[in-house]
Amino acid sequence: MTGRLGVVLAHFSLLSLLAFGGATAVVPEMHRAFVEVRPWISDAEFADLFALAQAAPGPNMMVVTLIGLRVAGVTGAVVATLAMCVPSCLLTYGVMRAMSHVRFSRWRGIVQAGLAPVTVGLVLGSGWILTRAADHSVLAYAITAVTVLWMTMTRRSPYWLLAGAAALGLAGVV
Amino acid sequence: MPWARRMIVEERRWLTEAEFVDILAMCQLLPGPNIVNVSIAVGARFHGISGAVVAFAGLMVAPMILVIAIGALYTRYAQLVAVRGAFNGIAAVAAGLVVAMALRIATLLRGRRAAIVIAALAFVGAGLLRYPLGWVVLGLAPLSIAVAAWERRQ
Repeated sequence: MTGRLGVVLAHFSLLSLLAFGGATAVVPEMHRAFVEVRPWISDAEFADLFALAQAAPGPNMMVVTLIGLRVAGVTGAVVATLAMCVPSCLLTYGVMRAMSHVRFSRWRGIVQAGLAPVTVGLVLGSGWILTRAADHSVLAYAITAVTVLWMTMTRRSPYWLLAGAAALGLAGVV
Repeated sequence: MPWARRMIVEERRWLTEAEFVDILAMCQLLPGPNIVNVSIAVGARFHGISGAVVAFAGLMVAPMILVIAIGALYTRYAQLVAVRGAFNGIAAVAAGLVVAMALRIATLLRGRRAAIVIAALAFVGAGLLRYPLGWVVLGLAPLSIAVAAWERRQ
């Protein structure tokens, strides 16, 4: 277990500083580390944990907590959460302090425009990996497709979709 | 995030709308979960390091306990056929939410051909070829920022 805790600590501390675009952008890397390189979580379980974190109240980075929990118990959950936050928080704090001296607004637009394409690609990669992990039937793919359309075409809440899809799943047809 | 904005700007009036937008923009540029960075930035602004720690704890402790409890329930009952079925449905929706989010932010790249190429490279590198994220980010981000600077001069 200590070995696993060490991996959780090292992995999420690094991810913290690479997470441009938040936790959703680092899904491919979490999948690579805990499903592919070290097969500690199954593909379907990874998709479930992500879905749980989306549905639960609170920041959507909670998938990190759930992965830590699954890999190394409650201590793992706490270590993963802190590891994901502390390095980026220190950086944010440092930048906040420095900002009062330096005006970096001239650079902000350029950095923002520069990071946007990377984030788009990473989040799309996350969507791809989660779709492959979650969908094992034609109906499941259809649910994913309907969700994409619903979220891009309407402004309605996704909770109706979650409820509907859960009901279909309970009925055993997905 | 909309909840955080409403509380900080409208209800408590800790920050003006412009100040909040400023802090949010900066936090989105920095790595890490955005809302967590906002809590640090807002906390630090009013009470330095202790404000940052309190804001972080306030944001994270309750959701973390809740999600650990939910995770424990999941581990306990995930093998039940009905639960397994429900999750097949929910996970399919969650995957769709992420694809939709990617498409929504992709509209920001409209008209920027080089940026679209970089987004495609990031997708292929991290999503399809499964390269380590560090390589993808450290390889593409500097290039992408240089491209953005070049676009600006045009």
